[in-house]
Amino acid sequence: MSWLLAGAIVLPLACGVLGLSLRPQRAMQQWVSLVAGIGHLGIATALLVTVWTDGILVVQVGGWPAPFGITLVADHFSSAMVLITAIMGVATIVYALCDIDQRSLVKDFHPPLQALIGAVCGAFLTGDIFNLYVWFEVMLIASLALLISGGRKAQLDGAVRYAALSLVATTLLLSGIGLLYGMTGTLNMADLHLRVQQVENQGLLSVVAILFIVAFGIKAAVFPLFFWLPASYHTPKVAVSAIFAGLLTKVGVYSMIRVFTLIFTHDVGYTHGILLWTAGLTMVTGVLGAASHNELRRILSFHIISQIGYMVLGLALFTPLALVGAVFYILHHIIVKANLFFVAGAAERLSGSSDLKTLGGVYREQPLLAALFFVPAFSLAGLPPLSGFWAKLLVIKASLASQQYWIAAVALAVGLLTMYSMTKIWVNGFWKARPASTAKPAALSRLNRALLLGPIICLAAITLAIGLWPGPLYDLAERAGHELMAPSNYVEAVLGPSETAALGAGAEVVE
Amino acid sequence: MNTLILRETTRVLFTLILVFSVATLLRGHDAPGGGFVGGLIASIACSLYVFVADPKDVRRLVRTDPLKTAAAGLALAIVSGLIGILSGGHPFLSGQWAEIGGVKLGTPLLFDFGVYLVVVGAVLTFVLEIKEPASVRPADSDK
Repeated sequence: MSWLLAGAIVLPLACGVLGLSLRPQRAMQQWVSLVAGIGHLGIATALLVTVWTDGILVVQVGGWPAPFGITLVADHFSSAMVLITAIMGVATIVYALCDIDQRSLVKDFHPPLQALIGAVCGAFLTGDIFNLYVWFEVMLIASLALLISGGRKAQLDGAVRYAALSLVATTLLLSGIGLLYGMTGTLNMADLHLRVQQVENQGLLSVVAILFIVAFGIKAAVFPLFFWLPASYHTPKVAVSAIFAGLLTKVGVYSMIRVFTLIFTHDVGYTHGILLWTAGLTMVTGVLGAASHNELRRILSFHIISQIGYMVLGLALFTPLALVGAVFYILHHIIVKANLFFVAGAAERLSGSSDLKTLGGVYREQPLLAALFFVPAFSLAGLPPLSGFWAKLLVIKASLASQQYWIAAVALAVGLLTMYSMTKIWVNGFWKARPASTAKPAALSRLNRALLLGPIICLAAITLAIGLWPGPLYDLAERAGHELMAPSNYVEAVLGPSETAALGAGAEVVE
Repeated sequence: MNTLILRETTRVLFTLILVFSVATLLRGHDAPGGGFVGGLIASIACSLYVFVADPKDVRRLVRTDPLKTAAAGLALAIVSGLIGILSGGHPFLSGQWAEIGGVKLGTPLLFDFGVYLVVVGAVLTFVLEIKEPASVRPADSDK
């Protein structure tokens, strides 16, 4: 079944190639993209099922043994992330059939979208830290192409900030990787796990760890490195900002969790202490930023930031329960957040505005859409019995168990403020009467309406299902969390049992 | 930008740099070099040419849409990775070799050549997009 691993990366990339060679026939690009998206969903499902039944799946690319070649690794965490990426991919492609139609100014949407999905899966599946950097670069190129397509001035403005900060992030990441390689002589993450324990200068290791925190922090948009996100996410087409909102920052969080459970665990009090403060400040600033805005997608962008805080909190507490919470949180959040952007886009298409001052009457005119907004919005705020309630419950319970009462209080307060924000959108955008000055847009055809609302309904159904039956997702998150807390299984799967034992013995001799 | 010195130097340098880039591509198997560096060197040659010549001439010179060149390169790289899987279930990207006329040729070279095309195609796309006025881009005239 090892082809599944490579397939999850290669299929979207190959589809991107096919899409480019079909230029400028956009209809063909759409269908190729849709078929590939569904195929990718199949591969991702098979991958998760295989990992669930057989344990960690490893491929040594090119037949070069670890730690010399590049290793692809699928454990529970990464294969769950790949599956959720595939779900987001299909939802975005379907939504884009209406949102970015034949007449749209956005010309090449599907090839860079597929490249983005391939790169995100690559980042999730790679077991080599330099390869991770390469996938970040591919992701940056693909996302930049998506961000500027359409060519409006605001888009270019947002794209420049996005590119500038991303380049800083990748430069820092590359420096960190270089220093780490200099100290340990390896790039394989499992091998790094063993070799950092033998590094004499543990202080230097902490410095490198900070480089990684900053680099992944920019990608994940944590405090105080988040300002590129609200500047750029509301500018492109809705389908684009939805997949960005769902996936991109979460790749940063994923990498942070991977690196700070597998490699940098030498001084948890210091590194994870910094992460704890970062998490608290990220939650607060994000939610306050959201409270001060009136444009739908801007409000939602700030909420991405505050929600990232909860995930980083799960990592910072560094207990099994907290990591289970972080994994659960990420999986639930990707679906909810992308769905909220879809709803914001649909409200704009159906009601003619995305600004709370001029939007109105959605509840009266589009009751279905209003109901569909309710599910992700109040799941985000953590209202039981929606999925966000369980995610927040796990993280807050973990912080209480670690006796970090202040951060639990912050998390609860931020939840309340999130509720305020969502209520604000509900009251101003959905409930109040349509302002006389806002013209009603032309009604969409039945097919286009179905294309817009279809993905929203499916994602809302997933949110509702997680909320009512949290058991299966909890089991998955529990397995992933425990795998993260006990990296020896990961290391053994990558390096093989004999290598691990030999290196372990070597480490003892050195000591 | 378009001075006499630059124009005349480019005439000489263009070919030289291209030859150098191919040499870098080929020596990359065991020595520093390879598809990515070779591609970057080749795209320097192309960029120089774009600076001194009319973008239309450049498009005529390269014949294909540079974005499609990049796509073809990526396709080559993917195919080179799949050959191993198809010829007996080796892992993705494992090298397969054949001896043709005393020279050993293998899929890593194919992969490197693919990367080379991706880099040249991508850089040429960027440079042409910047140099051309928005109204003449072929992508806009596909109505």
